[in-house]
Amino acid sequence: MDPIAIVGVAQTRYERRKRDKTFFDLVYEVTREALNDAGLTIHDIDTIVTISNDFLDGRTISGMAVGDAAGGADKNISTVEGDGTFGAFYGAMRVLGGSKTALVVAHSKGSEGDVQYITNGMFDPIYQRLLGIEAISASALQANCYMERYGISEEQFAQVSVKNHGNAMHNPLAQMPMEITVDDVMNSRRISDPIKLLDCSPVTDGAAAIIIANEEAAQKAERRPVWIRGIAHCSDDFFLGDRDLADPRSLRDASRRVYAMAGITEPLDEIDLVELYDAFSYMEPLWLEGMGFCEPGTGGTMIDRGISTMGGRLPVNPSGGVLSANPVLVAGLARIVEAVLQLRGDAGARQVDGARTALAHGINGPCGQSHCVWILGQER
Amino acid sequence: MSDWLNEVSGLTQKGQIAVPCTWWVGEVGSRFLIALRDEKKILGNRCKKCSRVYVPPRKNCGRCFVDIDDWLELGNEGAVIAHTIVRQPFKLHPVDTPFAYALIRLDGADVAFLHIITDNLDSLRNGVRVRARFREKQTGHILDIESFEIV
Repeated sequence: MDPIAIVGVAQTRYERRKRDKTFFDLVYEVTREALNDAGLTIHDIDTIVTISNDFLDGRTISGMAVGDAAGGADKNISTVEGDGTFGAFYGAMRVLGGSKTALVVAHSKGSEGDVQYITNGMFDPIYQRLLGIEAISASALQANCYMERYGISEEQFAQVSVKNHGNAMHNPLAQMPMEITVDDVMNSRRISDPIKLLDCSPVTDGAAAIIIANEEAAQKAERRPVWIRGIAHCSDDFFLGDRDLADPRSLRDASRRVYAMAGITEPLDEIDLVELYDAFSYMEPLWLEGMGFCEPGTGGTMIDRGISTMGGRLPVNPSGGVLSANPVLVAGLARIVEAVLQLRGDAGARQVDGARTALAHGINGPCGQSHCVWILGQER
Repeated sequence: MSDWLNEVSGLTQKGQIAVPCTWWVGEVGSRFLIALRDEKKILGNRCKKCSRVYVPPRKNCGRCFVDIDDWLELGNEGAVIAHTIVRQPFKLHPVDTPFAYALIRLDGADVAFLHIITDNLDSLRNGVRVRARFREKQTGHILDIESFEIV
């Protein structure tokens, strides 16, 4: 792969409800800030990728509606309906395909719709949707399947929530910084067993943007570039019942391929931090298994041993993760933004010392149907 | 947030979205739903290439990418392979909480079928056998199976 880099990033503060900002305002804000971060102007941007979802925005062709806010007049705009990591993947492809720079911007206002209705809408309309299933109950099926397969406990999942909300205490942009205990999680409202309120990510408003540049443009930007060493994604079956929900094989496949691209042979030794898509607490250990940081079934033990804590061997979600702010679609892009900040040494009180290589991860579809994995580094 | 906005009550505009939509269930879906409605039978179909038996049935095998036209009748019973007891109500639930969603591997199928279980939730475990309970009045709908019940 030709050398390409992320040269600018921006994100809003994540909040339960942003009453002072429209979709348009959010996109304008992060576009401007990402350009400032890179030391570029909108005239330096060749191509634009907007990321949005029509059900979330309550309008059709929602990706084009924010084109002006993203500085898209007289430029080509592509729209991606999916997680931010997938939109960013498309932006990277545009740069590899000849654009000098690509701006990738995602926005989401969970406060303005009804997330349960919207996530019910992702299921098959004939066989599944009419049963009322939505993201939480579907994820609860996955958590149940994973727990029973390997004897993983609800308390182990609860530790993830304690850790990630605790990490968010050092992230001024996180929506839900909290000092909580395993008991607090265990005693929180039961929603769909084994998932309780504090195992769930919140409803969030926010936006994020990144600028991807080719080697020549990256050298002109003011920021020290963070190089994209590899990207891969892979999908599993759409119907939940077709999949083994306790075995994230599409993540395993994407991870294997991204490590090969990045020349990584021992992920636990060679990766300094992970930002992964923990929409629910159980996802952290399950995704760590899929990424090959531990053997299948040992994700719970990895949590017990504190490996993924800030002081551990592999800090996971120093930002507080999706558990601490879940602007749907933006959430994966926010994982990339955090990884970039960490690699630039700009992560403030949550800085992982000596971070040189980071993994960022996003998911698309119910229960991690599809996974997109990025390896970013200080060096090419 | 701009300070002056704290001094006023912000405005919102209520959406008027209620987009009419109907889905043809297609040839495969029609065969499945008509068998449910008229015969209280659950049909699956088998990929000739990988021998995987799907339910609900599919037009093509997603893994082999070939047509599927080998139909078979599955049992009305099967085993639970994953479940969740739903505690928090939601308007689109078909029944009151608590009830369970379960992935059920019907006898003769290779994939699991998503449905609900409404009774004896205390006995619900992965591995338990369940049987489809049909509604009195069938309309050609996934909820012609009222619920699965623990055998």
